[in-house]
Amino acid sequence: MTAAIEMVDVLDEPKAIEGRRPFSLAVRRLRKDKVAMVSLVVIVLIVLMAVLAPVFAAVTGHPPNEQYRDIGLTPDGLPRGPNGTFWLGTDDLGRDILVRIAYGARISLLVGVLATAITVVIGVVLGLAAGFLGGITDTVLARLIDVVLSVPFLLVAIALVSVTGPSLTVTVLVIGCFSWASVARIVRGQVLSLREREFVEAARSLGAGDRRIMFVDVLPNVIAPVIVYTTLLIPVVIVTQATLSFLGLGLPPPTPDWGGMISESQNYYTTAWWFILFPGLALLVTTLAFNLFGDGVRDAFDPRADRT
Amino acid sequence: MAMFLIRRIGHGILVLWLISVAVFALFFVAPSNVAQTLAGRQGTPETIALIKHRLGLDLPVWQQYLHFLGNAVKGNLGYDYYHQVPVTHIIGQALPITVSLALGAAVLWLALGVFNGVISATHPRSLADRGLTLFALFFYSFPSFLLGLLLLYFLYFRLTLSGFGWFPAGGYAPLTGGIGPWFQHLLLPWVALALLLAATYTRLTRGSMLDVLGEDYIRTARSKGIRESRVVVVHGLRSALTPVVTQFGIDLGQLIGGVVVIETVFSLPGLGQTAVVAINQQDLPVIIGIVLFASAAVVVSNILVDIGYAVLDPRVRLH
Amino acid sequence: MTDVLLKVDDVRKEFPTHSKEVVQAVAGVSLEVHKGETLGLVGETGCGKSSLARCMAHLYDVTSGSVWFEGQEISKLSRKAMRPLRRDVQVIFQDPYGSLNPRRRVGSIIGDPFAIHNIASGNERKKKVQELMELVGLNPEHYNRFPAEFSGGQRQRIGVARALALRPKLVICDEPVSALDVSIQAQIINLLSDLQREFDLTYVFISHDLSVVRHVSDRIAVMYLGKIVELAPTAELFGQTRHPYTRALLSALPVADPDTADSREQIILGGDIPSATNPPSGCRFHTRCPKARLDCAAEEPVLEPVLDDKPGHRTACFYPLTVGEDLSTAVPDLKAS
Ligand SMILES: Nc1ncnc2c1ncn2[C@@H]1O[C@H](COP(=O)(O)OP(=O)(O)OP(=O)(O)O)[C@@H](O)[C@H]1O
Ligand code: SF4
Ligand SMILES: [Mg+2]
Repeated sequence: MTAAIEMVDVLDEPKAIEGRRPFSLAVRRLRKDKVAMVSLVVIVLIVLMAVLAPVFAAVTGHPPNEQYRDIGLTPDGLPRGPNGTFWLGTDDLGRDILVRIAYGARISLLVGVLATAITVVIGVVLGLAAGFLGGITDTVLARLIDVVLSVPFLLVAIALVSVTGPSLTVTVLVIGCFSWASVARIVRGQVLSLREREFVEAARSLGAGDRRIMFVDVLPNVIAPVIVYTTLLIPVVIVTQATLSFLGLGLPPPTPDWGGMISESQNYYTTAWWFILFPGLALLVTTLAFNLFGDGVRDAFDPRADRT
Repeated sequence: MAMFLIRRIGHGILVLWLISVAVFALFFVAPSNVAQTLAGRQGTPETIALIKHRLGLDLPVWQQYLHFLGNAVKGNLGYDYYHQVPVTHIIGQALPITVSLALGAAVLWLALGVFNGVISATHPRSLADRGLTLFALFFYSFPSFLLGLLLLYFLYFRLTLSGFGWFPAGGYAPLTGGIGPWFQHLLLPWVALALLLAATYTRLTRGSMLDVLGEDYIRTARSKGIRESRVVVVHGLRSALTPVVTQFGIDLGQLIGGVVVIETVFSLPGLGQTAVVAINQQDLPVIIGIVLFASAAVVVSNILVDIGYAVLDPRVRLH
Repeated sequence: MTDVLLKVDDVRKEFPTHSKEVVQAVAGVSLEVHKGETLGLVGETGCGKSSLARCMAHLYDVTSGSVWFEGQEISKLSRKAMRPLRRDVQVIFQDPYGSLNPRRRVGSIIGDPFAIHNIASGNERKKKVQELMELVGLNPEHYNRFPAEFSGGQRQRIGVARALALRPKLVICDEPVSALDVSIQAQIINLLSDLQREFDLTYVFISHDLSVVRHVSDRIAVMYLGKIVELAPTAELFGQTRHPYTRALLSALPVADPDTADSREQIILGGDIPSATNPPSGCRFHTRCPKARLDCAAEEPVLEPVLDDKPGHRTACFYPLTVGEDLSTAVPDLKAS
């Protein structure tokens, strides 16, 4: 180089700029969202209830599947309402509804988390591949996404479960294998624009291969929409699981789960309101908490609708 | 435009064909004991073989599929195992019920969603905005069966107990028997479905309305002294409704095969419930027919939405 | 005379457009980059500088022609075969915002070359990265920060550190300072020239700003609509300007500059830059050239020494300027006689 410009080499070094870290603004916004924070507390309580389900059984002295046909049922064989022994009443077989709700939380949350995890992993990987690799991969995956999104999910899920017989694994797999397509579509759309960004080319100029670019460079940039979608997907999955149970395709009895309990209560709702009320409330509070929290997460990441 | 249409329809047909293969493979590969059931407890192996032969179940799966496909192209989806009724006939009987349910609910949820969305958008962050959003999310969070059961409990059971037998316990009354009973039987399912779906529309309307109201031409309209309500309704709403209409098209398509639970809870023999019955009886032709029909509804509605888009925005056609 | 490090031979790069036409971003460029030198590449925006740079680094597949690095043809290598060569040829990108992944920490961005080529990992990598950060004037303690937490100049230093991590032989700097404030531009340019001395680097230095290129380059290539129109050692390009387009670029430089005293005339180019989808016939500059004649539109001039120039000074023009010729009074004459 000839004649370099004379200039003092000053290290211009501003302080780290607040809120410039990925997500820090979003997290700050979320913290300030009271509704979302209350929902988060509720979610934590439900998780605690699921984890501590055996404690419920120990304190009341009622195992979840124990049928108290003597003290748990009226002389006519009907469920007993809430009382000192059975705090939330009993079901048609004289089982303790409170304890069963606590154990049922395990199923709902387990399915919710597992199926969502499968959904997100498949969706992200296929969406990344379709968007980034393009060409024939994209064509095939795009059609596959169309197929999955066009199939009447619940009908096929019911049909599948009725063929294979109900179990936790089947429920999780069926939900996971049918829900990934929306995630894949979102991710694909993002990746299509991300792959044109200069930092992808920079990675290529360093010698990075497709796989590394996809997972190291592109993936971190699709995390925000995936987080938003995931929080909103969990309640949908929980409802789907409960719906399958309600239709008699949940877990084989006597495993307690909320959808199944509500289904069993149908014939008693004229005589035993607590039988449907408490499991229904548990389910509703759970999905509502997740939805409100998810809504807060969405607003925190995309505050567009909150300007003015 | 013609090219766009052809390509889009081509994709749709491809997708339907893939679905037919997948569904066929899945259900035919799974072990079936329909012949056993039909033959009854005393069925000898010979009768079972005979039944299998009559239903074509003794052929290799791929031959069964080709047979099915050949007929399907001609508009024949096969016959149900139990009464040999054409599947198209079964669908034809169930479809009006599902469509009545979907369209009636659509009127309600559109009215509710758009109205709430507009109120929310014109009073952002106000108490009304928060209240309506919460209201929408509350019902959105409901499992449909729970909402259905609750409506039945309060509006059928409690009301009837109190001497107001306005609502039936469920079931369907065809339009041919008069509009009154039809309306009465569908009102609760409509309300349930509308409450479940309104949230999406509230949110969509609110979002796009907020966007539109921030645009220059709205400001201009305001500065010209046009009344605020006129600005909102005439200038704002019209352009804000595009995403709502899109979502509406997609939802309607999905509802054809997607109102299983509401139909079950309210004992409406629509497509969903018919399919569930068929599933319980392993009546494969009916299951496949309904699944394919419902998929076709989704595919067609998506194409219509895309065409609508392409007409409005020519850039879409390029992709 | 000197060793050729990189050779570009009649390279063309075309991009398809939606309407079945093609954009000729690079339309037949040949040049050589010598070991240890800085070759400047100037031209207006959209003339194909970045496309040419990407062809040189084999980030694009060339449409035709070839690129040779140290005597090996690289323009047709597969991605995999190109990998080891990536250590020797590095790129510093134009946009300090777009070229750094916003979701990754600076330490891991600068450590990328080590990770990709399996050179160092764990603490060793961290140590190397921090050395690099120090080398380019960044605080090594900012290892865990994200790009958004740095200023534009600091980000370009990150880009420099990443490009130099593997001690490349050739660094293609694609407008490394265009996006920066003038004061910061000088810092980055100083940094680059210090590093060149220290590590014996060869640079291809791209800019649309002739005054920047002039300060750093040993030789300068002037590009117009996908073609090199003049290529000369820096002093000659300024002292013995041959191509009317080069002269026009020079005349736009600040007048206070003593070296351009003889071209104080202001040459305003008429017309817009023609489209690269449908370039003008013959000499691509003829639609705007003050000296254009009828044959300029008919035939294409070859890039070769003109008048009494040495072989190192090549010009693509039928009517090259003589020293002292006044271009501001020239009038194009494209009418048939
Ligand atoms: N990926 C691409 N696809 C289509 N056209 C492209 C692409 N990249 C560049 N072009 C076109 O090729 C021509 C040259 O672009 P290029 O980026 O190489 O110019 P440049 O000299 O680097 O410009 P700038 O100074 O703006 O960076 C332009 O007309 C541009 O629109
Ligand atoms: S060849 Fe003709 S048109 Fe082209 S630069 Fe020279 S004089 Fe101008
Ligand atoms: Mg460029």
